[in-house]
Amino acid sequence: MADKKNSPVNVNRRTALKTLAAGAGGVAASGLLPGLGGYSQVHSAEPIKIGFQVHRTGIGAAYGRWYDRTTQACVEKINAAGGINGRMIEIVAEDDGTDPKRGAEVVEKFASQHNCDVSFGTLFSHVVYGSAPRAGELKMPYFVVSEGHHVASGALNRYTLQPGITDVKSQVEAMAPFISENLGKKVTMIFPDFAFGHDHRDYFSAAFEARGGTILEKIAIPPTETSFTKYFPKIPRDTEVIYHVMVGPAVLTFVKEMGEFFGPSKPEIFGFIDSLEAVDIASPGLEFLDGTYFWEGNPRYAQEEQSEFDTAYREAVGVDENGASVSDAKDVSTYAHMFGCWETLHIIKRGMEAADYKGPADRTKLIEAVEAMSDMPHSFEHPQGAKLFNGKTHQTFGHQYISKVTDGKLVLAHTTSIEDTLYEDEVDYTAQSF
Amino acid sequence: MKDQLRTSLFHLLIIGLMAGLYFTLPEYHSGVLARAMVLAVYAMGYNLLFGYTGLLSLGHALFFATGMYGLGLAMQHLDVGASTGIVFGLIAALVISTVIGFLALRTTGVAFMIVTLMFAQAGYLIILWMGEYTRGDEGFAIQASERVLAGIDLSQPDNRYFAALVLFGISLLLIGWVVRSGFGKTLVAIRENEERARMLGYNVHRHKWVAVIISGVLSGAAGAAYALLFGYVGATFATVQYSIFPLLYVLLGGAGTTLGPLVGTVFMYYLIDLSSQVTSAYLLIAGVALILLTLFAPQGIIGELRKRVFPWLP
Repeated sequence: MADKKNSPVNVNRRTALKTLAAGAGGVAASGLLPGLGGYSQVHSAEPIKIGFQVHRTGIGAAYGRWYDRTTQACVEKINAAGGINGRMIEIVAEDDGTDPKRGAEVVEKFASQHNCDVSFGTLFSHVVYGSAPRAGELKMPYFVVSEGHHVASGALNRYTLQPGITDVKSQVEAMAPFISENLGKKVTMIFPDFAFGHDHRDYFSAAFEARGGTILEKIAIPPTETSFTKYFPKIPRDTEVIYHVMVGPAVLTFVKEMGEFFGPSKPEIFGFIDSLEAVDIASPGLEFLDGTYFWEGNPRYAQEEQSEFDTAYREAVGVDENGASVSDAKDVSTYAHMFGCWETLHIIKRGMEAADYKGPADRTKLIEAVEAMSDMPHSFEHPQGAKLFNGKTHQTFGHQYISKVTDGKLVLAHTTSIEDTLYEDEVDYTAQSF
Repeated sequence: MKDQLRTSLFHLLIIGLMAGLYFTLPEYHSGVLARAMVLAVYAMGYNLLFGYTGLLSLGHALFFATGMYGLGLAMQHLDVGASTGIVFGLIAALVISTVIGFLALRTTGVAFMIVTLMFAQAGYLIILWMGEYTRGDEGFAIQASERVLAGIDLSQPDNRYFAALVLFGISLLLIGWVVRSGFGKTLVAIRENEERARMLGYNVHRHKWVAVIISGVLSGAAGAAYALLFGYVGATFATVQYSIFPLLYVLLGGAGTTLGPLVGTVFMYYLIDLSSQVTSAYLLIAGVALILLTLFAPQGIIGELRKRVFPWLP
């Protein structure tokens, strides 16, 4: 569509037709044709518009609520400090309904209706997959905060980047050393039978077996399942560790039924906090999780050795020491993921400053500036921890956290190195033309 | 014959109007129309079954997804081009709709709804189950460089729009011809009184089966076109939500009208799009609007227009 706008033929055609369209006042007044009012050239004093693709409705709504709060808090901070290149940031938020079709439509709105400079924010992988092709065609930089392996796998395009959150492949592979050295060598995996679960199944089992461990059983749970008791007898008796990544509303039932199955003599249990994001660990029925371990993208509970950066970030977003909203202790955050919005916005700022970004014509310079980034030290801009960005794969790598549930709270037990999360490049986006 | 000619001319006028809109609308709205035309083809397929034959399916997402995955999987795993991918998509939709039609038409009424719903749900779960190839719920993108048909780059906005228009135009003319033909009139007779149609000697089962097949292939063509034009193949399109959408499009636009599917699709899009600019509770607004429309314009927008103003509307 950018081509269409830049084409001389189209400019003439559009100019002529705008005159015609201006006469169609009734239609324009209906609000259907807001673009007909005229395209004003970007002025340096105008705000930088960032399209925020947010899951306000649908299965990702809990994430979307906290992504929104994090984004607003971050923009407030950046604007208070002078904005980007002296220009304020304006967030243009659109609900994608956690739906790939709507996600693509929202990206189109950002590009050709709201005239946004960049777009960002998406979490759910299917929305990223649905939207990224359109972002590439519209030549709209698309910064995702998804943790999917889609970007680094090479399945998307040069306009799609994930610089603010690590991907599932690196997260999962980094868990193998801790589990094999501390919890046990014989693992049974329980995972949802769709792409997210399959990523865990494939990446973890490969990394774990490479370390001499054994995957005794891989138990896939159909996504429509609401009761899990029939699956637990499939767990081999000599299982030393259960690795679970159940997600969605049924997770509470899953934990409760697993507790009833094992009783007091349970094996070591390791899970991903994705199962319990926005859920209070102290909820009734989750007592069984006490003593078990969780991967956390960012420790939900303020730890004893909390960094000053986490303190400042937590305060800015409005999260208390237990990871809940300061205004409502029952409103638990999606702390393990939402830092990605904060960090991504700071990367966009840094990229725009490095590229001396002035308007949409500089989008490719912005992407090149981000691709040139590498080390991102632990700082106010990166409160989750230091990062190592790979410009070729458009993917960032960083520390992962493993916490133990202790008296109803998640207590940090181990922090992986960044090296533990690295894997070989699967794509070089810089070799693709714009 | 005169009736057929008038209908065809009217449809050609609509197709010309849609072509003209590309040059008058801002690029965002022309992009919306491109997508709406593809989805309208899906709704037109649905309308043939629901609006003209009186069969309410709750499983049409299966046909849409079959066309989408038929094309997408062939391009992804068999390394075929877009044109061959389309053939795969259409054949897949043809086979699935033939089989589903044969089985589901052993039931009627509510049972037909439930059976089609169950088949669609089975299809959705198969997509998840075959995650190694389909990437399950995540789906996969088709790269812009692969979306080239007869040398035409379908990732470009103008090419995409006119490709969608070609599909829409062919489907509209086809549907216009079918519903005015003896076959189409028999479908309406079946819808109005199946027993009487049977008593008059029509092979009701065969007519309904062919209707399911045409409907399924049109839906599959829309699914294949969506993948090709917008670069994404995903299991979301096989969910029950996407079986409900064409029903809504048709109800809003006008069941048993040739233009109702397009009008309903566009109306539904802007209802969501505009109300979402007002409030985050836009689904509530959309829901209320739908209820009001159903209450006060039960025949849909085009249906009401035909009833009150333009009785000649096809």
